[in-house]
Amino acid sequence: MSSLRAVTLSVNGVECKVEVEPRKTLADTLREDCGLTGTHLGCEHGVCGACTILIDGSPVRSCLLFAVQCEGVAIETVEGLASDGQLHPLQQAFWDHHGLQCGFCTPGFLMLAKGALAENPDLTGDALREVLSSNLCRCTGYQNIVTAVEDAAARMRS
Amino acid sequence: MSLVGASIRRLEDPDLLTGRKRFIADLAAGCDAVAFVRSPVAAARIVGMERPNGASVFTANDLSGVGSIEPILYRPDYFRARQPLLALDRVNYLGEPIAAVIAPTRREAEDVADAVFVDLELVEPVVHSSGALTDHSPIVHQGAESNVVVSGVIDTGNVDVVSVSAVEQVELDLTCHRQSASPIETRGAVARYDMEAAKVTLYASTQMPHVLRTAICDLLNMQEADLRVVAPAVGGAFGQKMCLPAEYAVIVWLSRHLRRSLAWIEDRRENFTSSFHSRDHRYWIRGSFDGDARLVALEGDLVANVGAYSCYPVTWGVEPLMAMAELPGPYDFQSYRVRARGVSTNTCPMSPYRGVSRPVLTLAMERMMDIAAERFGLDPVEIRRRNLITQFPYRSTTGIVYDEGSYVASLEKAAEVVDFDSFRRRQAEARDDGRFLGIGFSVFSERTGYGTPAFAPRNMAVTPGYETVEMAMDPSGGVEVRIGASPHGQGLVTTLSQVVADELGLPLKSIRIVHGDTDRSPYGWGTFASRSMVISGGATKLAAGRLRDAIAAVAGDILEAAPEDIRLAEGRAVVRGTDRGVEISELARHAYHHTPKLASDREPGLRANASYDPAGTFSNACHVAIVEVDIETGGVRLDRFVVVEDAGLLINPVIVDGQIAGGVVQGIANALYEEVVYDEAGNILTTTLFDYLPPTASEIPPIEIHHLETITDASVTGAKGLGEGGTIGAPAAVINAVSDALRPLGVQVMEMPATPDRIRRLIREAIKETA
Repeated sequence: MSSLRAVTLSVNGVECKVEVEPRKTLADTLREDCGLTGTHLGCEHGVCGACTILIDGSPVRSCLLFAVQCEGVAIETVEGLASDGQLHPLQQAFWDHHGLQCGFCTPGFLMLAKGALAENPDLTGDALREVLSSNLCRCTGYQNIVTAVEDAAARMRS
Repeated sequence: MSLVGASIRRLEDPDLLTGRKRFIADLAAGCDAVAFVRSPVAAARIVGMERPNGASVFTANDLSGVGSIEPILYRPDYFRARQPLLALDRVNYLGEPIAAVIAPTRREAEDVADAVFVDLELVEPVVHSSGALTDHSPIVHQGAESNVVVSGVIDTGNVDVVSVSAVEQVELDLTCHRQSASPIETRGAVARYDMEAAKVTLYASTQMPHVLRTAICDLLNMQEADLRVVAPAVGGAFGQKMCLPAEYAVIVWLSRHLRRSLAWIEDRRENFTSSFHSRDHRYWIRGSFDGDARLVALEGDLVANVGAYSCYPVTWGVEPLMAMAELPGPYDFQSYRVRARGVSTNTCPMSPYRGVSRPVLTLAMERMMDIAAERFGLDPVEIRRRNLITQFPYRSTTGIVYDEGSYVASLEKAAEVVDFDSFRRRQAEARDDGRFLGIGFSVFSERTGYGTPAFAPRNMAVTPGYETVEMAMDPSGGVEVRIGASPHGQGLVTTLSQVVADELGLPLKSIRIVHGDTDRSPYGWGTFASRSMVISGGATKLAAGRLRDAIAAVAGDILEAAPEDIRLAEGRAVVRGTDRGVEISELARHAYHHTPKLASDREPGLRANASYDPAGTFSNACHVAIVEVDIETGGVRLDRFVVVEDAGLLINPVIVDGQIAGGVVQGIANALYEEVVYDEAGNILTTTLFDYLPPTASEIPPIEIHHLETITDASVTGAKGLGEGGTIGAPAAVINAVSDALRPLGVQVMEMPATPDRIRRLIREAIKETA
């Protein structure tokens, strides 16, 4: 077994000091060491996107990063979306438009959409579908996710 | 105002949207980890094993006294295979568990599992059903006479007589390749050992917690009271989590014997190699049509590759026997001769997947209708109109009774929505430009909500079907509804709450639905086969009606009125035609705390139970796909997908539409993309989501959904099931559309998924033939 390394992560604006094996992924570290189990693992090989989080505002697969790579960057997870009990516009729109069923892929889609809208607040239609095709959902058939993100984008612009 | 019928937002969602909801892997903290050593080959004898020094490794020899998984179907032609929890002396499929390893973390457990050396002597594998049926094929199971492990025949006895007078016969060979349900959450199990109670709590990603408890207790020779099974939030299942996985039983055995808390979280590769697969059917059918293009007789030979072992509780008979019984679908004819066989191979065991056999049998019938239409010079709408059932109740040639439906109406509505005539004009114009557009129709019935009367004829040792609901109002006026169904994404907490709220005149916030915990909920069959809203919903409505009567009786005592004059609405019980009333929460206090104020024969408290066990009800729908095929690449683009669905009364329309859309996308995936590929040696070539090709948002067009609502008396809520319809109808619509697009080239698609490679091959062959 390899030795542990001390790492300080910044997650949702809070410092999280952990000791992890160098081979431990960021996803496992967030879930096991930071206690943030809202980030889900669907494939652990970078395809499904359920583990998508934001690093310095950009969506990344947390199953494809090691925790030891992530010192000094700002990590955002689904737990950081709502504030003071108020759902984020994306969360509200997913709720309003039935953009989730089993809900397992949902945190990944929320973070993907947040990062994508930060880059392009007007994302819509085929371009939006293209971005959302980064992640897999097995329940909804995607339409309601697309509608929810478009509606959230409109709410966030206004 | 009625909540039933309203598209209210789901009560489940806030916890899921914020990451608070706990799935199985979220419950593993503090447990030691289990990893499985699995067979790297399809078929072999186990000659020996070497384990790393000091490693904690358990094999079949350690599990002495433990039974094997041996589901029973009382049929003379059923072969009872024995599946040991861990392979004993031979392995029968790639990925079969051989040993369990325990280590402090999942990473370390996987390291140890990799270091275990299993000495295997290879045996010639049987992989595909075609090979398995040949005379020289090895036989997978010792003691079996052949690889046919279950079979059935239906013969109405009049096929030859009737088909002699046929003017057209349409014959086709059809293949549906193997799929995996591929929920985004893989399987997983966490066993917590309680030293004080000497009891194991198994948290498991499952669709049927009570059945899982029974199965494991039978295998491990335990009292059911010594095992509690809890289904936490389940991240999709679609059938893959409805049967007993050997791994879950092993985890419980280890936890009990080591008195430790243990977790196993499956990885995606394991999910592809070792979790249950689905489909893998090959059909031959021949339909005989009379001069009016009416189907008068149907023959079939249906083969399902059912994998290495039979699944508990539904057995490996479920696919072939359902295919045989339901092949006639929504069509009216009374001459039928069919043989169905389940064939065992050295491949992953099968479990029913959304739709079970029906996506394939619908493909068969709908392809046949389109080909017949061409022969008779009819359009696809007209041939279906002439053949669909119109009188209800309708008794099919296999004896299944269909309740009221709207088969013809859904077809005609769909043709109107897509404007079939103008599509034909557009299609002709496109062909002049060298583009290949196609339209495909698919009409089908979806048998749903079947209780024990429908399952009984299958002769399973375990006959599922009823549901029980226990309901109680507490002294604060809150209602707890304990159900045996086990929802995992269907929104059943919301829809059942709507039913209860209407019956009791209470707001949704007063209602709590308890499910997925064998210590808290009544024995039930879980969630599968589009049954929850019909059966658990029916039991809920019945129990709520009884609770309403009990509340009305207390109200009658307090308000000095007859119980039948009491009306419950907006949180109050009022005497009809008066302004006299009382808060229901106050009545709850009376029922528990002021019983001397009530009639002397009144039982204290407020509670009611009900069970419901219906024969089943048929939903129906018509799907239409419009596609464009690129004949250079073989690529298919879906331009439009229309659904006209009749699922009876819609309890929550937005949830209904979500079920349909999600189902349709899985059906499109079946038609065009997804395939678990085995090579000839039984190796799986598709072990990542990248290889397996589940569709993304980019491949899927918006799905347009229209409703008809035929109210049936076969369901006490008026709702019919609809969880599988999307998956059942969509493949046939898509494949018919692709075939329609390629009609100028003389191509008929008879295989799915219709990948670009397969479509190109068909085009090449067609061009070669005409040249």
